[in-house]
Amino acid sequence: MLLEVKNITKSFGGNKVLKGINFSLQEGRTIGLVGENGAGKSTLMNILGGIIPASDGQLNLNGEVFSPQSPNESLDAGIAFIHQELNLFPNLSILENLFLNNFPRKKIAGISFINKKEAIGKALALLQQVGLDERPQTLVENLSPAQKQLLEIAKALANSPRIIIFDEPTTSLTRHETGKLFELIGRLKSRMIAMVYISHNLEDVIQLADDIVVLRDGNLVNSYTKENGYRLDKIVNDMVGRDMEQFFPLRKSTPRDDTLLQINQLTAPGIARDISFSVKKQEVVGFYGLVGAGRSEVARLIYGLEAFETGEISWKGKTVANPSPAKWIKERVAFLTEDRREEGLLLGQNLEKNIGLAALPQLTFSPVRIINRHHLRSAAREKADATKTKYQSLTGQLVSTLSGGNQQKVVLSKWLLTDPELLIMDEPTKGIDIGAKHEIYGLINRLVESGAGIMLISSEIEELLGLCDRIMVMNQGRISAEFNKGQFNRSDILEAALHTEKQH
Amino acid sequence: MNARLKTKYFQSGNTIFYLCAFYYLVMCFLAPGFFSVNNSWNLLFNLLPLLIAAIGQTYVMLTAGIDLSVTSVIATTSVIGGYLMSDDSGLGLAPAQAVVSGALLMAVTGGIIGLLNGLAIALLAMPAFMVTLTSMMFFSGFAIWLTKSQNIYNLPEILVNIPYTKLLGVPVPLIIGLLVVAVAYFLLKRTIQGEWIYAVGLNPKASKISGVKVTQTIIFVYIFSGICASIASLLYTARLETGSPVMGQNVLLDIIGAVVIGGTSLFGGKGRILWTLYGALFITLLDNSLNLIGLSYFIIMIVKGAVILLAAILNAWKQKSLKAI
Repeated sequence: MLLEVKNITKSFGGNKVLKGINFSLQEGRTIGLVGENGAGKSTLMNILGGIIPASDGQLNLNGEVFSPQSPNESLDAGIAFIHQELNLFPNLSILENLFLNNFPRKKIAGISFINKKEAIGKALALLQQVGLDERPQTLVENLSPAQKQLLEIAKALANSPRIIIFDEPTTSLTRHETGKLFELIGRLKSRMIAMVYISHNLEDVIQLADDIVVLRDGNLVNSYTKENGYRLDKIVNDMVGRDMEQFFPLRKSTPRDDTLLQINQLTAPGIARDISFSVKKQEVVGFYGLVGAGRSEVARLIYGLEAFETGEISWKGKTVANPSPAKWIKERVAFLTEDRREEGLLLGQNLEKNIGLAALPQLTFSPVRIINRHHLRSAAREKADATKTKYQSLTGQLVSTLSGGNQQKVVLSKWLLTDPELLIMDEPTKGIDIGAKHEIYGLINRLVESGAGIMLISSEIEELLGLCDRIMVMNQGRISAEFNKGQFNRSDILEAALHTEKQH
Repeated sequence: MNARLKTKYFQSGNTIFYLCAFYYLVMCFLAPGFFSVNNSWNLLFNLLPLLIAAIGQTYVMLTAGIDLSVTSVIATTSVIGGYLMSDDSGLGLAPAQAVVSGALLMAVTGGIIGLLNGLAIALLAMPAFMVTLTSMMFFSGFAIWLTKSQNIYNLPEILVNIPYTKLLGVPVPLIIGLLVVAVAYFLLKRTIQGEWIYAVGLNPKASKISGVKVTQTIIFVYIFSGICASIASLLYTARLETGSPVMGQNVLLDIIGAVVIGGTSLFGGKGRILWTLYGALFITLLDNSLNLIGLSYFIIMIVKGAVILLAAILNAWKQKSLKAI
């Protein structure tokens, strides 16, 4: 057996993300690793790639215990990891990227020089193996995404690996390019190289893998082998799980007829195409899709953080030209971004100033806009309490000292203070503990009951099923399906998100 | 690092005040003629223009920017204002009229240079360092070209007498200084513009999404800095009784040093007007006392440079320990 994964466990803080994973990999076989976002796939592969250590359990490589302490150690042991975000230097040439840390050398008068001739020879051989028809001197920034992918594989092959891990290798490839990549994978397989193939695209995985392993919530829930045949629906069911927790409080309101936000044919090349939908008063509209399907991008287009080419955005029946955050806040539309540290918080500032930031224009008087400190203080305290934020001091404590869940509640408090009629939420429960999640769900319900509409982007299908009145599914920049409450079906939603267009 | 310790960093700047007090006491014994009425006035008149320019710089640095063009603003406004006010201009303005319109013209000129800096930095997203360095070169050269390297003399008596004029017993330069401090303090502490300046310095992305007018805020601080520099220039011009195209050539490091020594973060989002007051006070004390002790100009430069470097290192170290959670 080439690789054995024995009872691997990983915890971050008190959060167990891998709970005793077992599987094995033979030479020349390919394992397909599938599961929803956050199921633990990346963590598992990062352990194998030497990026993080396991908390418990054991890896055996060729029958010997293997515990890599760094990516280089894994590489030396013959494990190459091709990440979803490629690790290439766009400003350097193919040649330089290939041999960055191990250029062939020659000595002249005792001084070590780069042996360029040998390097070019080696590079050409590697490029030929992966079928990349470019000169080694070409700058990487001039390559297409598919060519970069091939270069990354060539880089891996330079270390003559025995195992190659592919993490979502086809996300930026066209169908035709994907076909070529699969041919290459076939050739590698015939050279007895073992592979782990991670992808959200189940059709691809089924086509490539000799075994499929399904992860959910850090557990290995099922595994299949090609010899026994695969069934897509069974794998999908394994991925999402059947037990829906009674986790979502019931809402005492139903959507009303008056439309708040109406989006017509919104298009931004390369980001989103023909996006049309509406959000009504007291309605929660969910957006599901894979990472990179364009959900966040649509929210950012609407909020004026990126420019769109054609299409129309209207608010309460009136067209909104040149949307900007300041304009939307005036219209009482709020946007809770996905990345709270980068885009939500002033980390080096106290709670009060964070909570007050968006509503400041409403808290000022006189032409020079003096801030009503007294009003601000009581309003900030009220919202911090409403969101059940745990803090020691509103003014003497920096938000960077709060936990992730409490930081998210601070961002929520900030938006609640603007008294929103529509709240756009991008992954509002990402990376926060289960208690805080539950509180945020309750808050969403209260907000809707008091009259607001919500556009909810989430990668957690359970969350959407539990909270939404409608779910829009996005796939490659378009809305591929729409489901109304009552016709929610996990497998259908997942398939609408996973299904890849055949023609390009 | 615990929350309390972090909060303490938050309020550090005050240590420099005690340092100033301690240094003052020591120098009363060490530097001949330091503790005298005459030298006290000297200290005050040295402090005021530096402080005013440093306050403008504080605004800029709070947004994580830097304004290297302040000295060229001082030179340019000095000659432009000087020209308008001078008896040699041939405009034949009444003295009071000349001083008022000259001061206004200086403020407008300073504001325009700041506006140009701000537009380039905010709209074109150019590094503040690069923009203000080139505008420093441009306007330093411009001031010299404008005057063919000649000083402008024959300024009105009212202007020249400003340092010795008192209003209700308070010297006019001190009134101007206090006014600038008060306005700057109020704007930063009490208005939405002040809150936005801090927010932009801490996180421009999050600020924008929260409705902060980031572009407008950045342009504002550079205009503010330009106007502050022009007020400093007015005081320098009055004191030297000349409009000089090389005025303020050597004070750039003093201005930036005052802000940094005060404890305002080079990385934006943290700082106070009061801290800058302490920083400017420290630089002025250092300069004045070392002069009185009789050290050469170059030794004083070495000492000042070392002190500012030390403050900058402390600044960076604080930033680092704040980031490490």
